[in-house]
Amino acid sequence: MATTSQPAAATAGSEGLKPEIVMHGLPPEPKGWLSWLTTTDHKKIGIMYFVATFIFFIIGGVEALLMRLQLAQPDSTLIDPETYNGLVSMHGTTMIFLFIVPVMAAFGNYFVPLMIGARDMAFPRLNALSFWLLAFGGVAFYASLFFEPPQAGWTSYAPLSDDAYMPGGGIDAWIFLIHLTGLSSLVGAINFVATIHNMRAPGMSWGRMPLFVWSILIYSYLLIAALPAIAAAVTMLLTDRHFGTAFFDPTAGGDPMLWQHLFWFFGHPEVYIMILPAFGIISEILPVFARKPIFGYKAIAAATAAIAFLGLLVWAHHMFTTPTSTVVLIFFMLSSFAIAVPTGIKIFNWLATLWKGSIVFKTPLYFAAALPALFVIGGISGVMLAIFPVDWQLHDSYFVVAHLHYVLFGGSVFGIFAGVYYWYPKMTGRLMSEGLGKLSFWTMFIGFNMTFLVQHSAGLSGMPRRIYDYSGDLGVNDYNLISTIGSFLLGIGVLITVINALRSYRKGKVAGNDPWHGNTLEWFVQSPPPVNNFDEIPRVRSVEPMKDIRREVARSGEQAGTVAQPVVTGT
Amino acid sequence: MIPRALNPGRPPHRTRLLSLAIVAGLLAALALAPTAFADFLTPESGGSPNADKIDSLYKITLAVGIVIFLLVEGVLIWTLVKYRARRGGPKEGAQIHGNTQLEVGWTVGAAVIVVVLAVVTFIYLPDIENPPASGPNGLAAGVEVASIDQPAPPPGPSEALTIDVNGQQYLWRYDYPGGAFSYYEMVVPTDTTVVLNLTASDVIHSWWIPKLGGKMDAVPGFVNKTWFKISKPGVYIGQCAELCGSGHADMRARVRAVSPDEYLAFLERQKADFEAAREALAEQRELREAAGETELQ
Repeated sequence: MATTSQPAAATAGSEGLKPEIVMHGLPPEPKGWLSWLTTTDHKKIGIMYFVATFIFFIIGGVEALLMRLQLAQPDSTLIDPETYNGLVSMHGTTMIFLFIVPVMAAFGNYFVPLMIGARDMAFPRLNALSFWLLAFGGVAFYASLFFEPPQAGWTSYAPLSDDAYMPGGGIDAWIFLIHLTGLSSLVGAINFVATIHNMRAPGMSWGRMPLFVWSILIYSYLLIAALPAIAAAVTMLLTDRHFGTAFFDPTAGGDPMLWQHLFWFFGHPEVYIMILPAFGIISEILPVFARKPIFGYKAIAAATAAIAFLGLLVWAHHMFTTPTSTVVLIFFMLSSFAIAVPTGIKIFNWLATLWKGSIVFKTPLYFAAALPALFVIGGISGVMLAIFPVDWQLHDSYFVVAHLHYVLFGGSVFGIFAGVYYWYPKMTGRLMSEGLGKLSFWTMFIGFNMTFLVQHSAGLSGMPRRIYDYSGDLGVNDYNLISTIGSFLLGIGVLITVINALRSYRKGKVAGNDPWHGNTLEWFVQSPPPVNNFDEIPRVRSVEPMKDIRREVARSGEQAGTVAQPVVTGT
Repeated sequence: MIPRALNPGRPPHRTRLLSLAIVAGLLAALALAPTAFADFLTPESGGSPNADKIDSLYKITLAVGIVIFLLVEGVLIWTLVKYRARRGGPKEGAQIHGNTQLEVGWTVGAAVIVVVLAVVTFIYLPDIENPPASGPNGLAAGVEVASIDQPAPPPGPSEALTIDVNGQQYLWRYDYPGGAFSYYEMVVPTDTTVVLNLTASDVIHSWWIPKLGGKMDAVPGFVNKTWFKISKPGVYIGQCAELCGSGHADMRARVRAVSPDEYLAFLERQKADFEAAREALAEQRELREAAGETELQ
């Protein structure tokens, strides 16, 4: 490894060739925790992303359970309103900025290079920077617990978030979180774009790129398009709060609507940033467990791009109740309708992928098949919300809370769990327990629906979101009690998966290179993959290179041991 | 390593259990479909025509949504049960990569559904958005500046009554034509179209009385409009729908609909009460000044 040219003939005269040091000895690789601090390996960074984001997921989940506890009964005095508003703000911000968006980067970091046959990301050190910006963003935000957490919701609407109404430092901590995680995502997105454009294996044309990689590419472009708007908005809020400007302050000629436009110009693409990679994950998983090619590869890739493009044109559907002229409302209703079409295409393509398959019921499939089942509910309620006269009733009520959780939990989080169960053996070399996995799935599935299905009804009965307390006469007592019980069931389900992951790390069944009969190149390498990923990068001839490789091996009559191991069946 | 109880049994047994569970689920969903229009799945209505129209429009989209829901869940569950891998069955599924006709079909199908929804929305929109004329038994035009002992003008459709609504942390203030105002409870005449001019004096609030139609934001520096028309006397409750600070959950509102005569009496009473309070204050001030005290703070 380390090659050092020894300076020979150091005493040579000035007329002779001077000795030249070609290379110093490589410093020894740091070991232990230092190896994690200093690493630029995409796999180690990916693991750090997973650990960090799941810690934030658990924190955000505990915040949600505290809120549900408070709302279990009317006129509860468990949590005071200031603390409750803090919990609302921390929960939303944590789940969006510290869990779902960065956990997609975790998957992308670990698997994009492996799936495209690259040895690392294009800019390994920028990659490390992405992670550390995220980590410090989270630390800066949670430090507000020691003075005063933000209380203006994850949307921090002005003028409520202005210094006149929120003088504490919580909003400033929130602004720093947006800046730090935003920079983290931007740097990461540029890295993904550079990697995917330039470092694909020979033969991997755009039409042979795995759908998950497509989704990460489009996720990256969306981040690059949307993040500058929020970065500008929070900077303006910061100067409003501390340096005497009045961008959003109506008493000094500012415009509170400007905040909403800037925020949602980022905020709605953000929804697709959170959901598209989950779509990508299940577009990998469904064909593997259906033992069938993906149905309509090109349509799914094109629908992903179409959703992203249209996703940039729908932001004001979050603002249907603001003082806005009808023609604008109509535009945003129609553009939101338009998104339903590519989304529908995806759902039908997934169903057709399962159709006539030979479906193997492993835990990743459970979570992956639950995604369309749950997301379709969020999609339908989304179309209802896009009809602006109907939205006038539903907006800012628990109906919207239910809708967004069907999209972001039923969609994104179930997709994330599918991905965790699917790729855990690649990352650790061991399979997660199927029994615990299925137990976790059913607990989560039942708990999730119990929590959020009734919230539609609570909203329809007139319960606004973000209230710490409701009147017993509103007729929502039963809904809220069911919802609270369901949320704890959901929490237990998540906990089972966490225990499963920790337990399987040492005790899980050894996975081998290719436990699921995967289609993509990450299953070509050992589990866990070596530092350099590939000794030799295989040539890609189709969208399912591993299937080709397995076929080739079978034809040559060799043992499949070195490339693809036979699938672990039964038991 | 894995507790026996958690370990999955033999695959055929598991899948049979699963299929039973999902068939039961599907049946439950089908059984629930007729009750879907029960009140717990529809918005509040019954107070004002715009709320009723929103309710009707909502029900149409819900019906379309339920059909799509049953289609997707039905196909998904049926596929999962029918095409599960069986012992001794085929190792691979059918190697189908796509079907252009089918894909174009469902793309067009999805597009047609949203176009239909758009058309339906445009049909319902004018009745939801535009305030109608007041009814014959409503408050007649011009009356709001008259007093109760004058003869009532001839009945007939008339102008809407405009009330200014101002959201403040954490209560609502209502300014009626003619100078009367009230807080928390708005009193309105029945059979009269009431147009609300909404604004706020601090942060953003949102006006929402579910039975009286949709919500509208009260944004400082802007005037937003909504309306309602109540046919029979009654009390309608609601609350602020936009996070406005620590008292957000307690920022509640009531609308009490009374006959036009009672409404006029209410205005007079409010004005009289306000005048009395002002006079009492002036009197106090004079007394204190006379006693050599400085002005009231």
